[in-house]
Amino acid sequence: MDTSNLKKVDIIFSKVDNPLQILDKALQKSPDDIINEIIDSGLKGRGGAGFPTGLKWKFTKNEDSDVKYVICNADEGEPGTFKDRQIIEEVPEKIFIGMALAAYCIGAKEAYMYLRGEYNFLKKDIIPKMEWFNNEIKNRGLDVTLYLRSGSGAYICGEESALFESMEGKRGEPRNKPPYPTKAGYNNKPTSINNVETLVFVTMIQHLGVEEFKKLGTKDSRGSKVFSISGDTPIPGIYELELGMKVSDFVREFGDGDTKAVQIGGASGFCVPRKNFENTIIGFEGIPTGGSVMLFNSSRSMYNILHNYLDFFVEESCAQCTPCRAGLQQLLKGIEAIKRREKPASYLNELIKLSQTMKVASKCGLGQSVANPFVSIVENFKEEIIF
Amino acid sequence: MAKALINLKINDIPITVEEGTTILDAAKKLNIKIPTLCDHPDLSVAGNCRVCVVEVKGARYLQAACATPVAEGMEIYTNSQTVRQSRKHVIELLLSEHNADCTSCSRNSKCELQDLAAEYHIFDRVLLDILDPENLIADISSPAIKKDISKCIHCQRCVRTCEELQYVSALAVIGKGAEQHIGTFFDYPLNEVVCTNCGQCVLHCPTGALTERNYVEEVWDAINDPTKHVVVQTAPAVRVAIGEELGFAYGTRVTGKMVTALKRLGFDSVLDTDFTADLTILEEGTELLTRLKRALVDKDPEVKIPMFTSCSPGWIKFMEHLYPEMLGHLSTCKSPQQMFGAVAKTYYAQKKGINSKDMIVVSVMPCTAKKYEAQRPEMRSSGYQDVDYVLTTRELATMIKQAGIDFMSLPESDYDPLMGESSGAGVIFGATGGVMEAALRTAYEIVTGREVPFKNLEITPVRGFDGIKEATIKIEGTKPEWSFLEGVELKVAVAHELANANKLVRAIKEGKLHYHFIEIMTCPGGCLGGGGQPYPVSWEIRQMRAQGIYSEDENLPLRKSHDNPEVMQLYEEYLGQPNSHKAHELLHTHYFPRKKYLN
Ligand SMILES: Cc1cc2nc3c(=O)[nH]c(=O)nc-3n(C[C@H](O)[C@H](O)[C@H](O)COP(=O)(O)O)c2cc1C
Ligand code: SF4
Ligand code: SF4
Ligand code: SF4
Ligand code: SF4
Ligand code: FES
Repeated sequence: MDTSNLKKVDIIFSKVDNPLQILDKALQKSPDDIINEIIDSGLKGRGGAGFPTGLKWKFTKNEDSDVKYVICNADEGEPGTFKDRQIIEEVPEKIFIGMALAAYCIGAKEAYMYLRGEYNFLKKDIIPKMEWFNNEIKNRGLDVTLYLRSGSGAYICGEESALFESMEGKRGEPRNKPPYPTKAGYNNKPTSINNVETLVFVTMIQHLGVEEFKKLGTKDSRGSKVFSISGDTPIPGIYELELGMKVSDFVREFGDGDTKAVQIGGASGFCVPRKNFENTIIGFEGIPTGGSVMLFNSSRSMYNILHNYLDFFVEESCAQCTPCRAGLQQLLKGIEAIKRREKPASYLNELIKLSQTMKVASKCGLGQSVANPFVSIVENFKEEIIF
Repeated sequence: MAKALINLKINDIPITVEEGTTILDAAKKLNIKIPTLCDHPDLSVAGNCRVCVVEVKGARYLQAACATPVAEGMEIYTNSQTVRQSRKHVIELLLSEHNADCTSCSRNSKCELQDLAAEYHIFDRVLLDILDPENLIADISSPAIKKDISKCIHCQRCVRTCEELQYVSALAVIGKGAEQHIGTFFDYPLNEVVCTNCGQCVLHCPTGALTERNYVEEVWDAINDPTKHVVVQTAPAVRVAIGEELGFAYGTRVTGKMVTALKRLGFDSVLDTDFTADLTILEEGTELLTRLKRALVDKDPEVKIPMFTSCSPGWIKFMEHLYPEMLGHLSTCKSPQQMFGAVAKTYYAQKKGINSKDMIVVSVMPCTAKKYEAQRPEMRSSGYQDVDYVLTTRELATMIKQAGIDFMSLPESDYDPLMGESSGAGVIFGATGGVMEAALRTAYEIVTGREVPFKNLEITPVRGFDGIKEATIKIEGTKPEWSFLEGVELKVAVAHELANANKLVRAIKEGKLHYHFIEIMTCPGGCLGGGGQPYPVSWEIRQMRAQGIYSEDENLPLRKSHDNPEVMQLYEEYLGQPNSHKAHELLHTHYFPRKKYLN
C-alpha cells in the first residue's frame, strides 16, 4: 500500500480555454440528465454540511412554484478560510456557469451571489464579468440573470436561512427547519443554495465527465476539495487535495515536524490530537470540512486556542436561541473560572454536558457545532485546559 | 379542501392529526404538556427559547415542538433523558443570565420563567452567574411602560407583538452575541421613540422585563390623605376581566363586586367611565353629523371625511407619528377617560362643593396608553391634571389583594351618583366595534327619530373579531333638519390592532377605500384585550370577555347613550348642547404631528 495517500489536484483553479463551451455542451442536455449526472458523481456540498448537491437540485426542481431561486453562498466567514475568495478572483466564470446550470436545472430565472461584506472590494471586478456573462446567456436564449448581493458582515449570515433573511432585508437570524430551502428559501420560494466551490465542481464535472470526477476520493467523499491551510506549517496557503486522506498523510506534507494537533473544519470543526492522526480521515466518512485546516505545534496552548474559538462564537452567535447565546458565554467563562481555580476541575464535566445540550438543542448549525471543538479539545488536552 | 391526515406517535401513544399541525399542538390533543416560552398563540413562530425541544426518533437533533410540523410515522418522545436534560439546561441558562430577584419583581407569582424554574426543580444552580451588571438599570422614562432587560429572556415575543400586531416596531433585537438585547431605535429611552404605550408587549412578555409603570403606592397615598377627595372611574373592559385575577373564570362579569371592592378600598366616590363613554357618543355623534353636513351640504373642502374615533390613545400617538398629515380626520373628542377627568374636576367638583385642587382622579383602565395620555400637556382642562393616576386592571387587583378583601364573597353594589350611570352603549366601548355600535344607535335616532333597524339594537356586522369590519346603513325617513341625509348610505368601518388600522388608513390615504366613519381600537379585540388586562391573553380569552361585555349591555335597562339621564343632566346643568363652546373646552382636544422614528 502506498504510504502517502495525499494527492494534489488541479480542477478548481485550472484554466479552461473557452469556458462557455462547457455551458453550451451542458445545455444540450435536459435538466434531469444534468441532475442525474451530479447525483451519480457523488458530489457533496463544499460549504460544510455536505449535502448531496444533485439531490438538492432535484428537490428544488420538483417543487411546484413559478418563482425559484439559485443562490451562490460566497459569505466565507470561517476564520482562516479564504479559498472562496481566491476562486472568485481566479475563475469567476466557472462559478457563473455553475449558477446558470443550477438555474437551468431547477427552473429559476434569478441567481444571486451573496458576497461576504468584507469582499466588497472584489465587486468592481466581478460586476463587469457578471454583466458579460449575463449577456452571453441571454444570447443563448436562456432566461436566467445573475445578480450580486453584498453580505451584512456577520458570520451567521453564511448560514443559509440567515442568509435569506439578510437578503430579504431582515436581521440575519437562522430560521426554523423544516421547511428546508428547497421548499421555502429566499422570499419563501424554493431555493437551491450552494457554496462557491460546489458550483465550480458542477461546472467541472460537466467539463471532465462524471467518471473522471469519480476517480478521485472515496465512496463517501467523491472528488477533491480546496483547503485553506494555516497555523504551524512552513507552507500555508490554498491547496486542492483529493478527499479521503489520513490526517497523518496530511501532517507529513504540511506539518513542521512538531505537530501536536490539527483542527479540521475551522472553529466549528474537530481537533485531532497526534495520537489519532493515523486513524482519522479527512472527508465525509471521517471529519468533514468546509476547507479550513489548522496545524498546531507543541508551542501552542490549547487553552488559548479553545478560548479564541469560544470568543469568536460568543461574538458571532446571533444570540436568538438560549443554548447557543447563554451556553457559549458559560463555556467561555467556565474555562476561565477553572483556569483561575474558581471552579474545580470537575466543572469541566458540567461544561461538556452543557455543550452536548447545545449540540442537540440549538436552533442552527452554529450552536450545534460548538461541542465539536469544545469536546475534542477539552477531552484530548485536559491538562492544558485545567492547569 | 380537507387537509391530509398524518399518523404519528407521541410517547408511544398513536394519534392522527391534520397536516401542518405542530408537534406542540398534536401533544396538546393528547393532553401532553410541553413547556414553552417564546411561543404565543397571537404571534408568528420563533422557535428560539428551545425549552420545548423534543426527541424525534431518527433525527440527529432535538426538535422545537412549537416550530416543527408533524410528519407521517414520526415517533416523538417528550420526556426522554436527553429532553429532560436539555430543558433543565435551557431553564438554568436563562436563569444564569437573569436578575432572578423574584421578590422585587412585579411578575412574582405570575411569571412563566418562574413557573418553569419551579416545575423543573432548578434548586441547585451549577452554572455561573453571567448577568451583565450594565443591564440592571431599568428604563423608566415612559410614564406607561417599564423596561428592565435584566429580566429579559430574549424570546422576542415583544418584538413580534410590536411589529406583527401593532405595526410600530418600537422594539427590536439589537446587536449579536453577548451584546444582543431588546432595544429601541438607537437605544433611545422608550419615551423618546415611536412607542404608542399600548402595552401589548407587556401583555405578551412572559417575564418581568416589560411591565406597566406601577402607581399603586401613589394611589394608596392619595386615598389615605384626608385632605383629598379621591374619585375613581372604571373603564368598560375592566369589569369583565378583573375577576380573572381574583379567582373567577375568564370573562366573568364582576361589576357589582368590583364597585364594592373600590368602596372598601376607601375611594370617596366610585364612578364609571361608561358615563363618559355615553357622553363621548353624544359629542362624537354630533361631530360626525356636523362634519357630514359641512361636507354634503356646505361642500366645505376643509372638512375631513372619514372621521376616525379618538378614544384609544395608542392609536392617536400612532397617527401622530405615522400619518401626521391625516390628523384632521381624527375626531377632536377626548377619550372617555379624559372627558371624565375634565368633567370630574369641574362639574362634579362644583356640584359637590369641592375645590378641584383637592380632588384626585384615579382611573382603572385595561390600558397602559391611558397612563401616558393622562400626562399629555393638553389634558389639563380643569386647570389641573385632569386624571391624576391611571391603574391597570392588574394593579387594581393587586390593591384588592393587598387590602385583604375576599373578592369572591363580596356583595354587589352600584356606582355612586352624578357620574356613575351608564347605558349598555357605554359598556360595549370595551369591545371592538362597540363605539361604532353605540354611535350608530344614537346618531340614527337623532337623524330619523327611530331606533336603528337592527334586531334588539344589536348591530352584528360590527361585532366580532375580524381585523377589519365594514357595514353600510341606509338612512331613510329623516327628520326635516337632517333631510340632507335622506337616502344616504352611511359607510362605516371598524379596525382593531394597529396593524389592521394601518392597512385601513393606508388604503384610505391612497384613495382606495371610502367611508364616512371609522372606529379604531389599538388593541386586539378592543379594550377587553388591552395591555393592562390580566395575563395571559388569547383569542379564546378575549372571546369570553366579549361575551361578558355584550351580556352586560343586554341586561342593562338603558341601551342608548342619549337615554343616560345623568348625561342629559350634565348637558342641562353645565354643558348646554353637545359640541357647545363649553363642551369644546372640556371635552375636545388637539393633536400634534410627531416624527417617524422619534418622539
Ligand atoms: C454558522 C454557519 C455559517 C456558515 N457559513 C457558510 C459560508 O460562509 N459559506 C458557505 O458556503 N456555507 C456556509 N454555511 C453552510 C450553509 O448553511 C449551507 O449549508 C451551504 O451554503 C450549502 O452549500 P453546499 O451544499 O454547496 O455546501 C454556514 C453554516 C453555518 C451553520
Ligand atoms: S444556534 Fe446560535 S447562531 Fe444559531 S440560531 Fe441559535 S443563537 Fe443563533
Ligand atoms: S421575571 Fe420572573 S423569574 Fe425573573 S425575577 Fe421576575 S418573577 Fe422572578
Ligand atoms: S407599548 Fe405597544 S407600541 Fe410600545 S413597544 Fe410595546 S407594543 Fe410597541
Ligand atoms: S422583553 Fe419580554 S417579551 Fe421581550 S424578549 Fe424580553 S422576555 Fe421576551
Ligand atoms: S417554545 Fe418552542 S422554541 Fe420556544
